[in-house]
Amino acid sequence: MSGILSSTGMWEIILNAFKQTLYMVFWSTIFSVILGFIPAIILTLTAPDGLKPNKLVYEILSFIVNVFRSFPFIILLVILIPFTRMVVGKAIGTTASIVPLTVSAIPYIARVFETSLRETNHGVIEAARSFGASNFQILMRVYVKESIPRMLNGIVLLVISLIGYSAMAGTVGGGGVGDIAIRYGYQQYKTDYLIVCSIILIAFVQGVQMLGNYMYKKMS
Amino acid sequence: MIQIQNVKKAFNNTEVLKDISLEIEKGDIFGIIGQSGAGKSTLLRCINGLEKYDQGSILVDGTKVDIKDKKNLRNLQKRMGMIFQGFNLLERLDVYANVALPMKFWGIPTNTPEAKEKIMNLIKLVGLEEKVHSKPRELSGGQKQRVAIARALVLDPDFLLCDEATSALDPEITKGILALLQKINREMGITIIVVTHQMEVVKQICQKVAFLSQGKVLAVGKPEQLFVWPKEREIRDFLREESDKLPETGVNLKLFFFGEGNQRPIVTMMSQELHTDFNICWAKLEDFREDVYGSLVLNMDEKDLEKACAFLDSKNVTWEVIK
Repeated sequence: MSGILSSTGMWEIILNAFKQTLYMVFWSTIFSVILGFIPAIILTLTAPDGLKPNKLVYEILSFIVNVFRSFPFIILLVILIPFTRMVVGKAIGTTASIVPLTVSAIPYIARVFETSLRETNHGVIEAARSFGASNFQILMRVYVKESIPRMLNGIVLLVISLIGYSAMAGTVGGGGVGDIAIRYGYQQYKTDYLIVCSIILIAFVQGVQMLGNYMYKKMS
Repeated sequence: MIQIQNVKKAFNNTEVLKDISLEIEKGDIFGIIGQSGAGKSTLLRCINGLEKYDQGSILVDGTKVDIKDKKNLRNLQKRMGMIFQGFNLLERLDVYANVALPMKFWGIPTNTPEAKEKIMNLIKLVGLEEKVHSKPRELSGGQKQRVAIARALVLDPDFLLCDEATSALDPEITKGILALLQKINREMGITIIVVTHQMEVVKQICQKVAFLSQGKVLAVGKPEQLFVWPKEREIRDFLREESDKLPETGVNLKLFFFGEGNQRPIVTMMSQELHTDFNICWAKLEDFREDVYGSLVLNMDEKDLEKACAFLDSKNVTWEVIK
């Protein structure tokens, strides 16, 4: 077993992997937030207590969201290979793993945003209506604006679970800190890799949570 | 003026408004009072189109409130500010931004000097100039309602609708809010419609009041006429009049004091004149806006009744024999 300090190249390998993790988590967060926002808005509008209640649309969309949420990530990873190839041009690699990460995160974020939006105080919506606000104005100026801190909390949870999933994405050649921890630390018995990777992941999650808490306080 | 004609409304199969007709004059503070579930909030929400009604018509200065005619309804809503029991402020906006919000809905710029002055004047009117940049969670209930009042006035409405606006506040704070509403009515000429289950509110500020019970208007009139000695069973129950506990022997005669009437020593004068004694078995004095109104129940022998009534008539005192 090589000592931490003597292992030349370890820091480089891990730094590189950390960049990959950041890359995967960053882009899949961005894409899933944008793409998850749309179904969240539709769910909020068509919910029984929404601005445009529509049972059929709500139930169908809700069902689709549930189906995608119930897929174990590792299965999704495999099923999506043809789709990933279509989107990115290849099915293996860091960029390619953004696709399954995003797809698994969309229904999650849709549900989280829907819940956040629907928690908006009904009285406030009523007040806006009483001043002659249009549905679009109520949606943007009341629902979305009032829900931003709650949605932010949801994003923090998402980022943290994406950090975890990105480790699994290593299995399709995604790389990242988790992948290094498994390949070097576990499979090659290099405990120092395992320890450093774990510490990095803990610090990363902790950092994201702290930043999220700070922003929640600022925003609400 | 708001004319409500034969308005009916049902939720599913329960009728909540059964043939309501009312007229609310310009410049009035008009109360709508009743037990919870009487339909008073629903009626108020029909007036500004938050709720649709099934039959009849509601005219606001001649324009019909019709929720299908979106454009027209929006213009009517602009003329009717509304405040609520739960204040309904946006948690993430400060006092200034909350007051400015309705202007944003109407595409009125809020950063011009005139707009800023207007918003600041309203905040001053409700006495919150020191809280301009506070968030609602930093304010007390009374302060929140003041912000809501300023917000409801920012589009220069002709009407202010109050839905149980003081029901969540304690009596002292309620008085402050009511005084503010009176000031707004007097100085800005805004017609105010107050929905409440609190007698205090009606007594303190309403010039006219409608008593609603089970979706019907039971009585309309000046609060002192309706409530000093109500004839309707439901209103008596609502006021929890103690008139059930009057003596069973002899006759019970009720005297009313309107305004200055209570300044005269009627009872002692009558006692001296008729050379007889009376039992005072029930009495009530109440403030209605600036005046004091009261009623008094005397118990006497049957034989004295005629003379007593004649005496009261000669002194212009209103009376009634209670059976």
